[in-house]
Amino acid sequence: MVIDKPARAGTLESSDIYIMVQPNQGQGIEIQLDSIVLKQFGKQIENVMRQTLKDLEIEDIKIIANDRGALDYTIRARLETAINRAN
Amino acid sequence: MKNSLGREIPDTIKGYYKEVKAFTGAYDNIGDVIKTQVRAKSLMPGKKKLLNSLEEAIKKTGLEDGMTISFHHHLRNGDYVVNMVMDKIASMGIKDIKIASSSLFPIHAPLIDHMKSGVVTGLYASYMSGPVAEAVSEGILENPIIMHTHGGRSRAIESGDIKIDVAFIASPSCDSYGNINGLYGESACGVLGYAISDAHYAEKVVAITDNLVAYPACPIEISQDYVDYIVVVDKIGDPRGIVSGTTRITKDPIGLKIAKTTAQLIEASGLLKDGFSFQTGAGGTSLAVAASVREIMKEKGIKGSFMSGGITGYMVDMLEEGLFDSILDVQCFDLRAIESLKNNKNHQPMSASMYGNPHNKGAVVNNLDVVILGATEIDTDFNVNVTTGSNGVIMGGSGGHSDTAAGAKLAIVVSQLFKGRLPLIADKVTTVSTPGETIDVLVTERGIAVNPRRKDLIERLKDSKIQLVSIEELKEIAERITGKPMEIERDERMVAAIEYRDGTIIDVVRKIKR
Repeated sequence: MVIDKPARAGTLESSDIYIMVQPNQGQGIEIQLDSIVLKQFGKQIENVMRQTLKDLEIEDIKIIANDRGALDYTIRARLETAINRAN
Repeated sequence: MKNSLGREIPDTIKGYYKEVKAFTGAYDNIGDVIKTQVRAKSLMPGKKKLLNSLEEAIKKTGLEDGMTISFHHHLRNGDYVVNMVMDKIASMGIKDIKIASSSLFPIHAPLIDHMKSGVVTGLYASYMSGPVAEAVSEGILENPIIMHTHGGRSRAIESGDIKIDVAFIASPSCDSYGNINGLYGESACGVLGYAISDAHYAEKVVAITDNLVAYPACPIEISQDYVDYIVVVDKIGDPRGIVSGTTRITKDPIGLKIAKTTAQLIEASGLLKDGFSFQTGAGGTSLAVAASVREIMKEKGIKGSFMSGGITGYMVDMLEEGLFDSILDVQCFDLRAIESLKNNKNHQPMSASMYGNPHNKGAVVNNLDVVILGATEIDTDFNVNVTTGSNGVIMGGSGGHSDTAAGAKLAIVVSQLFKGRLPLIADKVTTVSTPGETIDVLVTERGIAVNPRRKDLIERLKDSKIQLVSIEELKEIAERITGKPMEIERDERMVAAIEYRDGTIIDVVRKIKR
């Protein structure tokens, strides 16, 4: 799948994550993550995002995410939705 | 050295007012104690106490570099007095002051500048939140701050561990000879329980008021025989920050479920009968527990003896309905509580020492049947953290948590199993505020865990409808949903030492690695 245009999903409510995706043609995967639990779960959140991208066969994308303590399935759902809106 | 909870405690703490003694057990240091002597200046008949300005008062107290001053926190996030006094002290060129404030709030952010400039070099508090707590966590002070419990603070003052040179007492009503009450005036806060030890044991006591009343300021909460000077200022506080308008029961279904389960547990424990005594906080879930207990008491016609602690309108309702005989109040949380204190003879103020000091001849917490407590984290040994967030930053403190847990027959921690993504239950809590041996039960939305030390309670609940799980099982349930958090990296440098109520060191807080 290819990211054609910027799109977003999610909210800044507690236990949610706000995700913006942008095209990143030929530049690979770039993730900018801010989280209230960055120290405790930053790596795990990034792993979930990378796995989601792998499943969707996305190689070039820029993700800007603001996490408010979302669980893995929320992160995955918000990212998938943002990507679906981006093409 | 390691204390009995396995926490690494340094042999010395820079700037500490006594030798480091490691925590060994919640009830190890109860028995013979000696109270300190206080130097006082007696007053000739005819002499006046009312001064013209704060500056004059500070000069008359003889405040010098290196001394310790104290404040109470009954004006909470509406308090103007701490900042007012510290600004004046700074402008007079006095430095190296240690502040013993029963608590600090976001409004006290200007203290940060006084810490940077060396006016404030030490801090003792039972609870702190906001910018000052964050700055302390980042190591703004060279010496670690010392945190107490509410009862432990009184103990430290009465024993002379903390020697207060000057106590500045925010006084909602005060007369010209130093009788104080918190009931009247624009900055009314009700009870002045946390200021009593300060008034009794400080060498000099200054009452700061915005409501000078005719002598005597009845009903007297702090009496003239402890007060040296009185200063009148425009405003001691902002009423909007002092009391909350209304305290509300949670609407969150998870909180309500926890509350209902907790009430069932209290009933099954056998403690809910005539003469029942009960303490719960002002948080939404705590109030929901009170609401569920109230229903059971009404239904079964049970009459309790007392409710204690910080008091809300909800408890006043239960008093006025006749569900409890009395209220023992250390601090009023809302206007209803203040009104009740004025009107109900069975609504009695108490000092922090009477409330929770382990080294007096018996504190009120010792007479409690059940206390409902919160937790930021709890570990599989039932140790509770209410001092630091899971990110290691100071955002609270024991307050009365450890005191009531140690005294009550049944200390119940109520909490959601995870908040946001952070699981409640850890292998080891970030900071120990209250030792696990004093916590009896954890109630969550996915089950109740009883501390294995309470074999009697587990035995009793076997024949009831209450289903128990182990705390380890609850931990696994949560981690399956949230994942396991990574540990926070810490610096060697200590930013706070946590004193248990008996004055031993139960844990320390180290600086977070950036």
